[in-house]
Amino acid sequence: MAEVKLPRRDFLKAAGAAGATGAAMATGIVACSPETKTSAAAAAGPETWQVLTQQEVAFFTAAADTIIPKDELSPSGSECGLPVFIDRQLASAWGGGAKMYRAGPFLKGTPEQGYQLALTPHQFFVAGIAAANVWCEKTYGKTFDRLEQPKRDEALKAMEDGKAEFDGFDSKLFFQRLLTINMEGYFSDPLYGGNRNKASWRMLGFPGLPAIYADKVDEWRTKRYVAEPQSIADFS
Amino acid sequence: MVTKLKEVDVVTIGVGLTGTMLAKELTLAGLTVVGLERGPDRKPQEEYVLPRIRDELKYGARMELMQDNSVDTVTFRNQSDQTALPIRRWGAFLPGEGVGGTSNHWGGLHWRFLPTDYRIKSAIKEKYGANAIPADMTIEDWPVSYDELEPYYDKFDKLCGVSGKAGNLKGQKIDGGNVFEGPRSNEYPSKAMKNSPGGVMLADACRNVGYHPFPAPFSAPSAPYTNIYGVTLGSCEYCGFCGRNSCEANAKASGTVNVMPVLRNEPKFELRTRAFVTKIVYDKQAKKVTGVLYTDMKTGEEYEQPAGMVILSSFVFNNTHMMLYSGIGEPYDPKTGKGLVGKNYCYQFEANGAAFFEDKELNPYMGSPGDRTVYDDFNGENFDHSGLGFFGGGYTVGGSGGAPPLGGRAIPEGTPRWGAEWKKATVKWYYHVVDFNTQGSVYANRANYVDLDPTYKDSLGRPLLRMTYNGTDNDHKMSRYLLSKLEVAIKAMNPTHYELRPRPKNFTVVPYQSTHNTGGTMMGTNPGNSVVNKYLQAWDASNLFIMGASTFPQQHGYNPTGPLGALAYWSADKIVKDYIKNPGPLVHA
Repeated sequence: MAEVKLPRRDFLKAAGAAGATGAAMATGIVACSPETKTSAAAAAGPETWQVLTQQEVAFFTAAADTIIPKDELSPSGSECGLPVFIDRQLASAWGGGAKMYRAGPFLKGTPEQGYQLALTPHQFFVAGIAAANVWCEKTYGKTFDRLEQPKRDEALKAMEDGKAEFDGFDSKLFFQRLLTINMEGYFSDPLYGGNRNKASWRMLGFPGLPAIYADKVDEWRTKRYVAEPQSIADFS
Repeated sequence: MVTKLKEVDVVTIGVGLTGTMLAKELTLAGLTVVGLERGPDRKPQEEYVLPRIRDELKYGARMELMQDNSVDTVTFRNQSDQTALPIRRWGAFLPGEGVGGTSNHWGGLHWRFLPTDYRIKSAIKEKYGANAIPADMTIEDWPVSYDELEPYYDKFDKLCGVSGKAGNLKGQKIDGGNVFEGPRSNEYPSKAMKNSPGGVMLADACRNVGYHPFPAPFSAPSAPYTNIYGVTLGSCEYCGFCGRNSCEANAKASGTVNVMPVLRNEPKFELRTRAFVTKIVYDKQAKKVTGVLYTDMKTGEEYEQPAGMVILSSFVFNNTHMMLYSGIGEPYDPKTGKGLVGKNYCYQFEANGAAFFEDKELNPYMGSPGDRTVYDDFNGENFDHSGLGFFGGGYTVGGSGGAPPLGGRAIPEGTPRWGAEWKKATVKWYYHVVDFNTQGSVYANRANYVDLDPTYKDSLGRPLLRMTYNGTDNDHKMSRYLLSKLEVAIKAMNPTHYELRPRPKNFTVVPYQSTHNTGGTMMGTNPGNSVVNKYLQAWDASNLFIMGASTFPQQHGYNPTGPLGALAYWSADKIVKDYIKNPGPLVHA
């Protein structure tokens, strides 16, 4: 613990947000609140995060487990690796704004004109999480990751409906992007760190690769095709 | 400092589908051709391979094959009293980048326009009266007929190895094909694809309600096929990953797969990639172009490449942009109606539907864009528009499959989008959806156009192209009519639940709708109504030819690739037969 060279105040804040012991911090295993402690620990995140702060990891973990709750259909979002997926995506060229037109002037525009902020996806989520947590503290007295599950559901719903009044940030747009990146992580190839053990593919019955069906479309015309899902790594 | 290179016979701006086709035809005729492509080279044997190609995040969500917005994009507004803002990342439409261009990732539905589409303005006047066309609807007849183009449609079919079923063979109507289509000189090169279970259900319903169903024409062979250049193509694998992606099987047609393997070995052809053409060098007095300026993005060097002939073969927006920025022709002004470059920008007015069948097992990941049922009863002038209050129409396609999990998880409207209920619904319906698409026409409107943006610049300092576009009342009425006819067919399928998704009032640049952008350098009968003549030769520069859908006077109710492929071969044939021997205007105004 002595090796964590953070000012005390920041360290306590991070440890508090993670709701974890120093030992858990040191191994990078992040639990976020009592309800999800077990599942998040089981998710066994990476030793270190590429770009996310502990506070952001805590937020994404709580959000992933709210958007994709653990049930008989699949493990929770964080157990499926969504915070890891998001960390890697936001650290990637895409997260840094590659292939994105970023010259000004930056004007508000109409909804029809689409995204008009200067922020890269990484910058967008950093700002959005900060605004979401300020709003959660004001509304519920706690940051998002510290909320009980019913309140998390309520908070995300308020953002989805644009009823959460973030200070200086569009909560509806924030939720839309949060939902999108979680769905991307949950359903894409496990190559990217989400969809661990092909959990969502198993849930759906999606067989993944090699996806060569020319010789199967007739035989499986009226019945469900069943196969053990295979991913890119299984063929590499 | 600009380095002036040695003159060549031909330069193509862009090495996409039409760029590769023209380069192939002109080198066959003995000309030296330099292909300038601002994107990367694309090598199917390295890039389009298992397992890496089956990556929905990379290709579908992160849009690996698309034009880099940070280098060049377009600005957009719905109407001319608004300030246009840049499309910062693509949404509604997806221009491609690199060798093969947009053909690398297209869906592959391979059509011909109707014979009446080519004379739509006259056809409407004859049928509904001289004053039937609203004043703001700036549609025009094409300067070329279906019959003139038919041999070139046929040749393009044989480049691509298209699969399908003819409905009109030399005037003989054939049940089971599209009985509304113009006469074909030959059956499709390849047999129709096997229909998806959902497609079979739609075909049965169509027969019950009196529509004329037929298999979707698809730009991939259903069995191995050797094309007109001797390239052996694979057959479709029904992999389901087609959208936004290239083809692992070398089946789906593209400039990369169908032409480049032979063009690469052609000694008279030279490919230069990361060669960003900034401007066409134009001699206004002589009414000729002398070559192009380009920046080599690998070295930062700027070059002038003189050429006897310039083929402008980039994406729709970039064609019009290049004309405007190079000062060739007069920019269109919507206030006065004068000027032609940028006029009659059109889109595709698509709308969707979905039907859910709880008792059917529809294996949603198997399939391709070609394993579907189409009906064409409500396209163009295939039906009577009297009293309907609109012109135009479109085909409707439906089927199941081709839905990998990131992009293809339909759930009934009103279901939560996340949480436990969402999960249950997603699992419940994944195997049970048939989806539908109405491919509506866009008849040109005076208010919709493209010009140069006054504020935003591309990475080389040129003004961006500005798009001013909105859906018109005509097109909204047309689309709702198509959906009402679709509803009749869906009801006959007896689904557990169905929904129709009309377009919102205003066009919006998100979410994805269609990459069928057309117009801006329209073709026509004289310099007073068009930018290029019937052979795609610019009226203002006789050694400049413009390929692609930017030459369409308006967009009809079909995907544009079939028609633009036919036009490219039609133009190439005229260049080879007449222009090379006798350069100069091919049509005298």
